Amino acid sequence: MRRQAKNRTGFSRRALLIGAGQAAIFAAITTRLYHLQVSEHGKYALMAKQNSISERLVAPERGIITDRFGAILAGNQQHWRALFMKAMAPEPDVVLENFYRLVPLSDEEKARITQDLADHPGYIPVLLKDWLDWPDMAAIEVNTPNLPGVIVEEGASRTYPLGPVAAHAVGYVGRPNQQEAKQDAVLALPGMRVGRTGAEDADDLSLRGDPGFVQTETNVHGEVMRVVAQDAGTPGQTVALGMDAGLQQLAVQSLGAQTGAVVMMDATNGEILAMASTPSFDPSLFDKGVPSDVWKGWMEDPKHPLLNKATAGLFAPGSTFKPTVALAALKCGALTPTTIHNCPGFLKLGDHIFWCDNHDAHGNINVVSALKVSCDVFFYKTALDTGIDRIAAMATIMGQGVDLNSDIPHTQAGLVPTLEWARRHGIHWAQGNTVVQGIGQGYTQLTPMAQATMIARLASGLAVTPHLTRRIGGTLQPDSLPGGAAPLDVDPAHLAVVRQGLFEVVNDPAGTGYGARLTIPNVQMAGKTGTAQVHNNTAAEKAKNFNDMTMAWEQRPNAWFVAYAPADAPRYAIAVLIEHGNYGAQTAAPIAHDLMTYALLHDPAGRDTPLANPPPEPPPTVPTGLKA
Amino acid sequence: MIEHASLSYRRPFRERSFGLARKLMRVNWLFVLCVCALAGVGYAALYSAAGGSPQPYAQSQLIRFCGALVLMICIAMVDIRFIAKLSWPAWIFGILLLIAVMKFGHVGLGAKRWMTVGGVEVQPSELMKLFLAMALGHYFKRATPEQTGNLLFVMPAILAILVPMGLILKEPNLGTAVITGTIGATVMLGAGVRWWWFALVVVVIAVSAPVIYHHLHAYQKARIDIFLNPGSDPLGAGYNIIQSKIALGSGGFFGQGYLHGTQNQLNFLPEKQTDFVFTIVAEEFGFFGSVAVLGLLMMIVALAYYTALSCSHVYGRLVALGIATNFFLYCFVNLSMVMGLIPVGGVPLPLISYGGSALTAVMLGFGVLMSIHVHRDVEFAEPGDF
Repeated sequence: MRRQAKNRTGFSRRALLIGAGQAAIFAAITTRLYHLQVSEHGKYALMAKQNSISERLVAPERGIITDRFGAILAGNQQHWRALFMKAMAPEPDVVLENFYRLVPLSDEEKARITQDLADHPGYIPVLLKDWLDWPDMAAIEVNTPNLPGVIVEEGASRTYPLGPVAAHAVGYVGRPNQQEAKQDAVLALPGMRVGRTGAEDADDLSLRGDPGFVQTETNVHGEVMRVVAQDAGTPGQTVALGMDAGLQQLAVQSLGAQTGAVVMMDATNGEILAMASTPSFDPSLFDKGVPSDVWKGWMEDPKHPLLNKATAGLFAPGSTFKPTVALAALKCGALTPTTIHNCPGFLKLGDHIFWCDNHDAHGNINVVSALKVSCDVFFYKTALDTGIDRIAAMATIMGQGVDLNSDIPHTQAGLVPTLEWARRHGIHWAQGNTVVQGIGQGYTQLTPMAQATMIARLASGLAVTPHLTRRIGGTLQPDSLPGGAAPLDVDPAHLAVVRQGLFEVVNDPAGTGYGARLTIPNVQMAGKTGTAQVHNNTAAEKAKNFNDMTMAWEQRPNAWFVAYAPADAPRYAIAVLIEHGNYGAQTAAPIAHDLMTYALLHDPAGRDTPLANPPPEPPPTVPTGLKA
Repeated sequence: MIEHASLSYRRPFRERSFGLARKLMRVNWLFVLCVCALAGVGYAALYSAAGGSPQPYAQSQLIRFCGALVLMICIAMVDIRFIAKLSWPAWIFGILLLIAVMKFGHVGLGAKRWMTVGGVEVQPSELMKLFLAMALGHYFKRATPEQTGNLLFVMPAILAILVPMGLILKEPNLGTAVITGTIGATVMLGAGVRWWWFALVVVVIAVSAPVIYHHLHAYQKARIDIFLNPGSDPLGAGYNIIQSKIALGSGGFFGQGYLHGTQNQLNFLPEKQTDFVFTIVAEEFGFFGSVAVLGLLMMIVALAYYTALSCSHVYGRLVALGIATNFFLYCFVNLSMVMGLIPVGGVPLPLISYGGSALTAVMLGFGVLMSIHVHRDVEFAEPGDF
């Protein structure tokens, strides 16, 4: 009992001592708090007032675009720009006035800045001026105290080393418009660009990257005291196109001053090796904003430089449509390899006469010979026997007049008419319409891309889809993998018959494309010429066997040539269109010859240098001996 | 005998157990009121931390608190002698939990630990502090002064402290390990262990501090370094200390007004709803508000001491002392950290900070404390006590 009581007093004494110690510590904390909160209040209140952290996003560097060997097609060039962070300026209006005094801007630019300041969230800086020159930089630097919130930042603008040469394929970028900037705040960042056409558009999301940020602590004057945190963001991925820059340059060079388009692809997987459209334009102008006089010039040019004629130019395919007609006829049985039609030089249907080319009478010929000499009458009759719906169905299989689901933006599907289409458009479909369908005239309108796809499919027997992109960030895209394309839904025996015809076109002295035969040993090309009228010749003109060269340029026929090589193991397919180039054999076939020779000698499709390795060779120059 | 009679006069409940209603009446309702008042302050602070919204902190914390309050009252109804019997099993259970957390746990490592531990998840180290106080209380409840002066007798108690301390250090959680050791030491001191032994230990630690520092984890060293020179690491923990001090200092005497603290509303302190919650009160209610909260915290500690002093049995006294010290240490470490007096340690301000782990552990301890208070006059019927 006593012990218990003694214990208890002992405990109480100790507990009170401990408690007193803890109370003392509480008192010390209270004293310290008083010191902090009351005695030093002024100091800390000021610090709190000066304390302001602002965060702004930083545009990521756009990914570069290269050709299949790593040659840069679209790159970035450093430059300086002035940005403005409203949140960092105590009096934004005064700062802007000071800035305008130092760096004069147009009224439109000022209005744009005012608009952006109202639209953008606080962490997105507003662009004051891009491409600062040294006097601007110096003026801003010297006047920093008067310009709180103005930031000079290094940015990148887009450059295109090949310039107009690959403009349509590579495309160009532009500043995001206000709607885009509202939908995705990141796009409002100065320096962000959106791909508008070509690969820049097709692979825009891969190229864009993710923005970084800079967090700065600023004092009461808006001067940056220190960087709290920063992150450079993730640059966009490198996109490698299937294109071979050397081939592309040669294509543009070969087209020269002529208006036209060239599409060359790997017949086994649809990779586009060259895609040219002339005349072209300088894509780097879009990054800064196209000067209005240049823009006006483009708009008024009858040759439409901005239009990618390879994918969006629609032309009657002319005789290059005949392989499709032959395949359709073979499929439905209207034609066999031994079917003979007589060509007296014309076909009379009712009271209308359809002439063969140059009124030539080819006599009794089969399908291979008809392709070789491009006999129109044979195909008039074949088309009549087959019917347009079956022809259109085969065209669909060959990739003509359909959406190819290619990665190339702004493509036109074109048109291969059907009876249903005619009914929908209130067109009375007469037999004569079917007749001209047999030689790719009339309503049929196709792009050079569609014709290249047709010839690639015909050559390889694979349903290849044309595509620009080969690798994104070093990863080979599924389309470019071996076995990426399904077999074509056409009887291989039928393909063989047509291929024989196309072989003879180029390699038989009587063939329309004999002049374009390859001069390198042991390799043959197969192809088809086409001369598509754009002008309804009058009866008088037809009667006197007119000479196209005497016609006005815009009334001359379009010249086509489609081809593939090697004939026995097709790898390269090409379609060449020369607008108003008269005969395909005359103007288009030599270009195909040059490009095919280059391709066979350099074999770009057979080689692939991984992206990690440096570009292996300088842009190849055209072997002088190949120039026709 | 007279003493005995007077004791029996002052003890209306000498019987071994008594009714629930009587028990409820004997709960220290002033204590419960203080606890609820602090929870109210917490609600207001978390409401402000969310920029004037019950989401996402204030409301869920209130729900947790209500659950914990019911738990506390329920434990208060349990006979303290039954709880005493559970002391050592609880200690073993705590050790097993610490081992389990080491093997399977997802305790945030490094500086990440001070982020929210969600839900009603409980950190074993938080529970261990309570279990340790209970185990030591049980060990010393019949100790004579001769025994408490005998190092051999005290040795098991020291081991009972060092084992969990070691496990918590391994987690690694230096702050909680030190707190655990301090609680154990305080309970032993209360039990009558010679005070100069503790003085000796303190001296030994002070001498060996450089050696210990050498073996600390890099992030623990960094914390001490930052504490010694806050400007050295402006982007890390030093930043928090500077911003925290600015928040306190800018409060002034009456504060910037509720929901008007610039440091709070402009988010200069990341995760301020957890460890730095006091800065919200201090900035928006000033020194006046800080002292009011400090007063409430001190009141709770004082009432815990009142329970300890008014308790007739040694077990209750020692455990109450441990619980009071635990709560005091929470407040001390958190407030010192917020004011930049000790290195940042990831210790929340109990009842106010957002998060379920510390809240549950603290309220569990308060349940035991209230049970001691309700059963302060019961007799532990071991032979030789009377």
